[in-house]
Amino acid sequence: MKKEKTPLLRNGAVQSLLASLLCILIGLLLGYIALLLINPAGAGEAILTIVKNFMTYSRTTAQLKYLGSTLVKTAPLLMCSLSILFAYKVGLFNIGAAGQYVVGAGACLYCALGLHLPWYLCFVAAVLAGALLGAVSGMLKAYCNVNEVISCIMLNWISLYSVNTLLTKVKEETSPYTYTLSSTSPEAILPSLGLGGLFSKNQYVTIAVPLSVIAAVLVWVLLEKTKLGYELKATGCNKFAAKYCGMREKKNLILTMAIAGALAGMGAAMLFLTGFEQWQCTQSAVPAMGFNGIAAAFLGGLSPIGAIFSSYFIQHITNGGAYVDKTMYSAQISDFISALIIYLCGFVLFFKVALNRWLNRRDEKKGGGGK
Amino acid sequence: MEENYAIEMLNITKRFPGIVANDNITLQLKKGEIHALLGENGAGKSTLMSVLFGLYQPEEGSIRKNGQPVSIRDPNDANALGIGMVHQHFKLVECFTVLDNIIMGVEPCKYGFLQKAEAREKVLALSEKYGLKVDPDALVEDITVGMQQRTEILKMLYRENEILIFDEPTAVLTPQEINELMQIMRNLSAEGKSILFISHKLGEIMAVANRCSVLRKGKYMGTVSIAETSQEELSRMMVGRDVSFAVEKAPAKPGEVVLDVKGMTVASKRHNNNAVKDVSFQVRRGEIVCIAGIDGNGQTELVYGLTGLEPLKAGTLTLNGQDITRAPIRKRSVSGMSHIPEDRHKHGLVLDYTLEDNMVLQRYFEHHFVTPAGFLKRRAIREYAVGLIEQYDVRSGQGPVTPARSMSGGNQQKAIIAREIDKDPELLIAVQPTRGLDVGAIEYIHKQIVAQRDAGKGVLLVSLELDEVMNVSDRILVMCEGEIVGEFDPKKVTVEELGLYMAGAKREGAAS
Repeated sequence: MKKEKTPLLRNGAVQSLLASLLCILIGLLLGYIALLLINPAGAGEAILTIVKNFMTYSRTTAQLKYLGSTLVKTAPLLMCSLSILFAYKVGLFNIGAAGQYVVGAGACLYCALGLHLPWYLCFVAAVLAGALLGAVSGMLKAYCNVNEVISCIMLNWISLYSVNTLLTKVKEETSPYTYTLSSTSPEAILPSLGLGGLFSKNQYVTIAVPLSVIAAVLVWVLLEKTKLGYELKATGCNKFAAKYCGMREKKNLILTMAIAGALAGMGAAMLFLTGFEQWQCTQSAVPAMGFNGIAAAFLGGLSPIGAIFSSYFIQHITNGGAYVDKTMYSAQISDFISALIIYLCGFVLFFKVALNRWLNRRDEKKGGGGK
Repeated sequence: MEENYAIEMLNITKRFPGIVANDNITLQLKKGEIHALLGENGAGKSTLMSVLFGLYQPEEGSIRKNGQPVSIRDPNDANALGIGMVHQHFKLVECFTVLDNIIMGVEPCKYGFLQKAEAREKVLALSEKYGLKVDPDALVEDITVGMQQRTEILKMLYRENEILIFDEPTAVLTPQEINELMQIMRNLSAEGKSILFISHKLGEIMAVANRCSVLRKGKYMGTVSIAETSQEELSRMMVGRDVSFAVEKAPAKPGEVVLDVKGMTVASKRHNNNAVKDVSFQVRRGEIVCIAGIDGNGQTELVYGLTGLEPLKAGTLTLNGQDITRAPIRKRSVSGMSHIPEDRHKHGLVLDYTLEDNMVLQRYFEHHFVTPAGFLKRRAIREYAVGLIEQYDVRSGQGPVTPARSMSGGNQQKAIIAREIDKDPELLIAVQPTRGLDVGAIEYIHKQIVAQRDAGKGVLLVSLELDEVMNVSDRILVMCEGEIVGEFDPKKVTVEELGLYMAGAKREGAAS
């Protein structure tokens, strides 16, 4: 057997990168066309604003500050996308990341505002709550053969209303929002370790940002380098073979969902324990963070490292949309454009398949002409 | 004089990157003849058939029907020309009835409503004419493999196909069913149908075919008339060297008992009855015990019960003096049980894993391959896999990092056998280890199994192939309807005798 070098275009990572970039380009193009249709006068400027995001500010300090804000929201998105891609690698579709994120938020906010616990306990509570909810879906799948998508969707709603009920206890009397962390329990705010200083004193930039990147690396190590990852992936790829070689496939299923849930729950702690957002106890829609995680996971080519960049990009676009000239376009335009791009992200796998098919056809045309 | 050919494939050449799958191959099928196409796995039989069905376009060569050049761009063109095929893996809808499967795609309709009564008449008439016994109203999932195959044949006849291709049709049948199929094929050819019979079983080709074309490594080796050839000549044409059909082995020297099964009962997943009923037997060191039987008579469940994939309803299992009746799968495996599974894609391999990751599937947790902290020792895994690949001659495109999915069936099986034998088991359970493999690979695997026996291991071989049963085993247990109905010495029993026991026509009175 002669060893052959795989052509660059055949390399999986390169393919993912190309496909992701293509999705982004098409998404931006479609967004631009939509803007043109609504109001041709400002379309070019608006799309530039979205791409530039914090760069629209001329002062460096302001730029840094708003870059910080984007990063603050990137951390939870990255955790949600890790949750989804981790489960996906093990053959499960964790659409429940949204619900696990919700219970994570409920647990950490209640521990902070109701019980006045320090930040690390609140953080652990969020992780455990997410893991527990994930494990429920895992158990339903393992023992009752309930499809995880069904159980997750139902659990998403159960979680939302349970958390709304729980957090009503720590709600401001005159508004639907929970108390602010800084006024009620400052000890629950994640430490910044001077990171805020780097971003023009943006107090919301905390250890959550580097922590989420570390989590991505850990997920990669877990999946690619460890015995546990080997077992979990084997179970996901072929549960019969996993059983045949003596792996406990039921345990593995539950463990996978628990880890995925823990990641999403941690994501919630990374946002709500910064004090950046308060929980609105009357909300009747599951927060989009968990669902956007799906887009981020796919845009990142289902790689934990790719997810770091894709999560940032999606958050960048979403935040950038806020700066679009509201006199020309309605306030929802930013959501619309980012939704378009996120929607296109789902096509990453499609483009990879198409690319491979094209390469195959090219090779076949070459025929016996050589390798 | 111009001969009367139903279909001709002339000088077909099909290239793939790096390989010539079909190199100037000519295949001429006469009207009303049974023409065998013989070749090992990878010889180019499938590619040639894909060309005939329009799935591939050849670089060179032409196809003619009744002397007229035709162009086959896709399978619909092939259907229109009256070419039909019974695939090795049947293409039936399990939850449909036989009748529904037969008419699928060509349903007789009136105003959008199905006219099943008419179709039923036609199917019954056809099955009468050709001696194809089927129950048109039975669900496909409930009928035997043989009847499923007859359903496939009826599908072709219903479409009034003239050229019938059988792809390895006997792989899944019992000796009696094989005889029936041969008769059906003769009936079909007597009625003027032209049959192309793809096989690598020489005995069957000798029994039923008129002529035989042989392929080897993509090249056309020639066409011979069966009346003027012998099995030995055919096999030399196919493999390129002499192959020994008989497995060479010394007499067995059975030692102590390694597996003791008492009163084993396993529930069935298909029906309420038990699949394995109160079965008791022993396997000793240094002997090959073979479970023979028709597919679906409890052999699968027996193996599941032994290996721990299914729980026992009753009975005890003792491995090497250790009670393993309730032991989990991993415990049985590390206590010295190796299992070459029946379905290598379902159980034997994680197809999306690389070859090296599949090689350590039974050992990845040993401290040789994993650190105490739970990290895989990639270098140790690579070295181990490379060692096995060399020792057992497992061939693949990219060595240890080849995705298992992209390997040929024979090499996948070799990989599993390497993995299971290298575990150094006390008991080797091999279920249909040579299913779907070519002569060369079968010879190799049989040698490995005998070597295990000679090394003092106990071997339990479950096989549906009577040739294998007779050649390899030291002792034969026949299973029928979940029970062991007889025990035989392969030297003192005939295939016909075994067949009667397998079909349930005879059974040993008080024995076992």
